[in-house]
Amino acid sequence: MTEIADTAVRPLAVPRARRERLPLAWVGVVPFLLFVALFLLLPTFDLIVGAFQTPDGGLTLDNIRRLNQPTILAAYWVSIEVSLASSLLGALVGFFLAWAVVMGRVPRFLRPMVTTFSGVASNFAGIPLAFAFLATLGPTGLVTAFLMDIGINLRVLGFTILSFWGLTITYLYFQIPLMVLILMPALDGLKKEWREAASILGASSFQYWRYVALPVLWPSLLGTTILLFANAFGAVATAYALTGSSLNIVPILLYAQIRGDVLHDPHLGYALALGMIVITGAANLAYIWLRMRGERWIR
Amino acid sequence: MAFLELEGVTKSFGAHQVVQTVDLAIQRGEFVSFLGPSGCGKTTTLRMIAGFEEPSAGTIRIADKDVTHLKPNQRNVGMVFQSYALFPNLTVGQNVGFGLKVQKKPTAEIKARVEEMLRLIKLPQLADRYPYQLSGGQQQRVALARAIATKPQVLLLDEPLSALDAKIRVSLREEIKALQRELGITTVYVTHDQEEALSMSDRIVVMSEGRVEQVGTPFEIYNNPRTRFVASFVGTLNILSAHVVDADGGRLAIDGQEVVTARGVAGAVSGATVSVALRPEALLLNGASDLGNRLSGTIEEVDFLGSVVRVRTRFNENAVSLDTFNNPNAPPPRHGDKVTVSFAPEDILVLEAETG
Amino acid sequence: MKGGRIAPWIVVVLSGLYFVLPLVATFEFSLRKRRGAYSFDAYRSVFEDNHFLESFGYSTLVAVAAILFGILIVVPTAYWIRLKLPRLRPYVEFITLMPLVIPPIVVVFGYLRLYNSSSWLPFTASARATDLLLIFSYVTLALPYTYRAVDTGLRSIDVRTLTEAAQCLGAGWPTILFRVILPNVRSGVMAGAFLTFAIVIGEFTIASLLDRPAFGPYLQNIGANKAYEPSALAIIAFGVTWLCMGLINVFGRDPRDAAAAKK
Repeated sequence: MTEIADTAVRPLAVPRARRERLPLAWVGVVPFLLFVALFLLLPTFDLIVGAFQTPDGGLTLDNIRRLNQPTILAAYWVSIEVSLASSLLGALVGFFLAWAVVMGRVPRFLRPMVTTFSGVASNFAGIPLAFAFLATLGPTGLVTAFLMDIGINLRVLGFTILSFWGLTITYLYFQIPLMVLILMPALDGLKKEWREAASILGASSFQYWRYVALPVLWPSLLGTTILLFANAFGAVATAYALTGSSLNIVPILLYAQIRGDVLHDPHLGYALALGMIVITGAANLAYIWLRMRGERWIR
Repeated sequence: MAFLELEGVTKSFGAHQVVQTVDLAIQRGEFVSFLGPSGCGKTTTLRMIAGFEEPSAGTIRIADKDVTHLKPNQRNVGMVFQSYALFPNLTVGQNVGFGLKVQKKPTAEIKARVEEMLRLIKLPQLADRYPYQLSGGQQQRVALARAIATKPQVLLLDEPLSALDAKIRVSLREEIKALQRELGITTVYVTHDQEEALSMSDRIVVMSEGRVEQVGTPFEIYNNPRTRFVASFVGTLNILSAHVVDADGGRLAIDGQEVVTARGVAGAVSGATVSVALRPEALLLNGASDLGNRLSGTIEEVDFLGSVVRVRTRFNENAVSLDTFNNPNAPPPRHGDKVTVSFAPEDILVLEAETG
Repeated sequence: MKGGRIAPWIVVVLSGLYFVLPLVATFEFSLRKRRGAYSFDAYRSVFEDNHFLESFGYSTLVAVAAILFGILIVVPTAYWIRLKLPRLRPYVEFITLMPLVIPPIVVVFGYLRLYNSSSWLPFTASARATDLLLIFSYVTLALPYTYRAVDTGLRSIDVRTLTEAAQCLGAGWPTILFRVILPNVRSGVMAGAFLTFAIVIGEFTIASLLDRPAFGPYLQNIGANKAYEPSALAIIAFGVTWLCMGLINVFGRDPRDAAAAKK
């Protein structure tokens, strides 16, 4: 079938040929899609559906309603607080550290050092991190003892590592590096010429940051902060190792549910999981949207 | 009193001297180009005028005020960058009005001035667009408008057309020149493109390896190049090696053949070897009329370019390139043909010896 | 902003303190096992513990399996997408970012519900099958990193031309993939491999809920029962993570970038 003749008579000949080729090429990605479906999407979807089901299979909103318990609400609230605190603080410190290393008047060799260390520290989450902070700020920790020597008794001041602030400070150990790693390329994207152009037009440093640099950066800044939030919200291991079940955050609650440590009520567990997915999902969607907005300006 | 003065301006990075003692006096309203190859120091000099680099020695004065140690945001100088450097988060209108906003001028005044600027660059309808929505040529015009919106004393342009397509470069070149003439603003323009420099400038400063080679009008630079570098950088040129036969009489020998120059043999003595320059447009192939000088040689290379035929003729050690027009009634010369090349005594120029 | 001279230094020094102190404190704590004098007793105790060797060995095996399976899944897919289905790339990239959205605890919860002994794919019915599930979960967990690393490697080579050249010379698909494409994305694959290793070694949630004898649960157990060994383990874990990142820098760099940088 010669296409030349056909296009004269049937303009649809060319698109049809392309449509026929596509299904064959799809075969190549089937293993991947199958894998992702089986080990990521299906289980998650199943959980979401389970959140709306009764033990006998009927549909209900009852599980969601039962989330409205004091312990559970408190757990969500604490989770949100810890995630918020560690993400905001992590973003702030991370921003200044990235700024200092990329644009500040410090020796050149500091930048690769900070990059490498951030790569390591952001992966150092979990149980070893909890151990490390226990050894630092725990009841018998090094810094605790040092502060005691110079007259600052942490326990009397009401601070313990096994608390909201303790967890937050611990989380910062991987939140700050994550912010630094993501922000450094963004800071690199601030072209030197913009600063010079602003300066020659009469702007001070402050005016440059206020009118040009921060507006250009804010999608990145906000987006990464939100990513940090989602990151903290889903973390289990560090919290579990640090506070056991004494500090109730949602992942711990869910963990206990799954383990059957509490009254075995799987559907409540599904609802808890649904709550988590909704929060982390919303956070990630916001991050993606902000990233797209930010990239719109930089070509 | 010159409007923009550079006195003994030098810049070194460590042991490396990037700009060597530049002395320049630019009049108010003048359009001066810094012309030279990459690394010659022209951009560094411009950046010192802007304030982004601090001179290692020397002073810079604008309108009689010593600005050498002032920060860029204190000099009231406008600058257009090679990469446009428009602020991506601001609209065209906001970009153009940025300098005025920073000076805390009232909103109405900013709005009026922005409109005036956009009309000047003929892009009034783009006020609310963002830089990423504009073409390169449009962005550069906006950058120009932004630079002059604050009515700066001096306008600096750092290779503003290098990033643009050839066609846009030519039209924008004319626009910039027209704008400068209309506004009468003192302008310093950095470029490595000699066509730009020649067509736009009142005067050209030719630089090489940090040194000023020559300062002059386009006509002077092209027709009376003082050094071999200037001669070869500006326009195409044939450079040959000649022996001085008679310094006072202006007689030289090129590969044994004697020619006469009416331009004088500056500073050289009889018997010395000098470099001479011949512009291709001054040469005539197999010319019947007697121009004054005639050299015999052999055709080495013929490039048929359509309307132009480029011929390379070799004498012995030396060779010259010249262009002749295509003659549909006669075939072009062939490799190996014996020919003569003639030119007038005014057209052969003896170059000054290179400094250092 | 070449900002004030002092401000950047303050930030760097304070941050440095925050990040180094815990390491110093942990190391110091780990040396305190023997009363009265610093010693490496805690480390000796760790290395002599059978459970340590077993769980570390188990996790290493699982990590290697996850790396191999990951390469098997990711490299052909990334290659295929680049070659034949470029329009699908944004969607596939979105999918590979999903593991970052869905917390691991939710994923393993889903596994327990969907693949328990009475389901159509009874992964948890036997220990071996559960091991398999664990491996697959880690492949999923590391997917964002491995896919990104391989895709970046593919971006820097002309996939289409290499494939066509190989086909002209008579190569079939397996040959193309393993002898033409894979060697050229070696650096991306290496980076992905070391990242996977780092993730798997320290992972706790999934291993614990699937009840497998991995390193993570072992760490948690030690933390609950012993005093000084946890600190020693934390130092060891930090060292392993540092080693992984260091090896990424050595092997996971594009050799062409390194050569260009040396010039």
